[in-house]
Amino acid sequence: MPAIAFAPEIHTTSARPTTAAPLQPVATLANVTKRYGATTALDGLSLALRPGEIVALLGPNGAGKSTAVRLLLGLISASTGAASVFGSDPRDPSTRSRIGAMLQVARLPETLRVREHLDLFRSYYPRPLPMEEIVRIAQLDGIQGRFFSQLSGGQKQRVLFGLALCGDPDLIMLDEPSVGMDIEARRGLWQQIRTLADRGKTVLLTTHYLEEADALAHRIIVINKGRIVSEGTPSEIKSRSAGRKISCRTDLDIEYLRTLPSVTSVERNRDTVVVTAGEAESVVRVMLLQDAALSNLEIASPALEDAFLALTSSR
Amino acid sequence: MSTASLIRPVAMAPSLAHSLRIYSKETKYEFFKLLRAKSFSLSVISFPVMFYVIFGIANRHVQEGSVDIAKYMLGSYACFGLIGAALFGIGVGLAGERAAGWLELKRASPMPPMAYLFAKCVTAVAFGIIIVSFLTMLGVAFGGVSLSAHELVRMLGMTIVGAISFASMGLLLALVIPANAAAGIVNLIYLPMSFLSGLWIPIRFLPHWVQRIAPMLPTYHLGQLMLNIFGYADAASMASHWTGLAGFTMLMLGAGWIIFNRSQQNA
Repeated sequence: MPAIAFAPEIHTTSARPTTAAPLQPVATLANVTKRYGATTALDGLSLALRPGEIVALLGPNGAGKSTAVRLLLGLISASTGAASVFGSDPRDPSTRSRIGAMLQVARLPETLRVREHLDLFRSYYPRPLPMEEIVRIAQLDGIQGRFFSQLSGGQKQRVLFGLALCGDPDLIMLDEPSVGMDIEARRGLWQQIRTLADRGKTVLLTTHYLEEADALAHRIIVINKGRIVSEGTPSEIKSRSAGRKISCRTDLDIEYLRTLPSVTSVERNRDTVVVTAGEAESVVRVMLLQDAALSNLEIASPALEDAFLALTSSR
Repeated sequence: MSTASLIRPVAMAPSLAHSLRIYSKETKYEFFKLLRAKSFSLSVISFPVMFYVIFGIANRHVQEGSVDIAKYMLGSYACFGLIGAALFGIGVGLAGERAAGWLELKRASPMPPMAYLFAKCVTAVAFGIIIVSFLTMLGVAFGGVSLSAHELVRMLGMTIVGAISFASMGLLLALVIPANAAAGIVNLIYLPMSFLSGLWIPIRFLPHWVQRIAPMLPTYHLGQLMLNIFGYADAASMASHWTGLAGFTMLMLGAGWIIFNRSQQNA
């Protein structure tokens, strides 16, 4: 079912001063529907991005993530509903000069050097970042003179990231940004994304790497079949869907455990019992009271994968 | 920090100086991008040169009535070459960039779309001029061709006109052809069309049915306009050729516009 994805309260982090006035959303999709012939890519979807937050858009292939990003970039227009960025139409050139985008591009012109690509993109913006700054943030030191065809997969991604930064944008949209990167490059990219958010920039990223969403996002929006399925902080998403796993050694009867409130499944493996429950603390409290000999107690958060699969498989 | 970035005023539309800088950089990089692509630049220059050496230079000092064959061939191969530069540079180049998703990234940026089209057009013209200059130098140096300064200037002017006209065809092709088949399809159109317009062998040596259909081809009209500079055109009026070429250009731009808008709506 469609759900409004933004909450009224404002997140604060230690790096940002609190302000008295409520912060306007940087970008919104208002009840947007996008149809391609008989297919509905987005179905009454609404979302809002607030300044300084990193939002991860998660969903299986065909969920509508790329469509949502393209709407916010003004590359396509909605069948119904509206996209708004910085209070205006995303197709406005003046709006575009405040946005940076990193899309899944198969290749850039291969006979141009890295610095030439950056030079050209920088020229589009009224107040571009200095070249050295872009090179530093996108970790392109030492390869500025190389032709695009001479770069490795991870280096190519870093050039695309550099292009997204050229205009010192206030809103950055990253579509699968760390594809093809090794662990070190990915961690470096994550650090740069966090720095951008700390400086008050807003980041929207789509990713299939759930670890990436977990590590980076202040807020995750899970979408499937063009609708928002769930939304919240990474820990909220994890606890909401699959519940947490309580494992311990106990003699308690599993039929009894199944009757406890918010328990979704119970499994026994010899003397170890694994109870999956939405409200783990309440269940543990009852179990400890009922069985004084209970031992080896562990409570684990589910992997984000499990939460994600649970959310997107049933709808 | 965050509030400061929020109250920063919205960027103004680019000033004239800023726009000029965008247009000139876009053009500069488009030109070097194609020049450095050896598969493009070498073939688009060397094919007309090769044909001219074989068919034109070999016929130096040969006259056919009042027509100097080497000079005639210079005119027709100049057309052949500049048309190839436009169709391959834009037709194939743009199709590839569209397929790779590169064009979409540029559209998401503040780049004015006209800057992109302008750069491609100017680059096609530049390559056309390079090719025609090469052919002229060969013709004058080795083909015994004598060319007045006036004729040379008119040739280069016609090169610019022709390049722009066939650039419009390149744009339409890029919108319509799938990228991985682009080079093959462009060849399939470009080579027969050039041949049937008398750009390789003068039209009067080709069968009658070819002579009848030639006026339907834009390459024929460009060829006649170019040859007219040397006084070698066929009997028909130049006005009909200008009309033919202009009509073709309008048709290409119109069809391209319609197809582009339709793809935008479905996007």
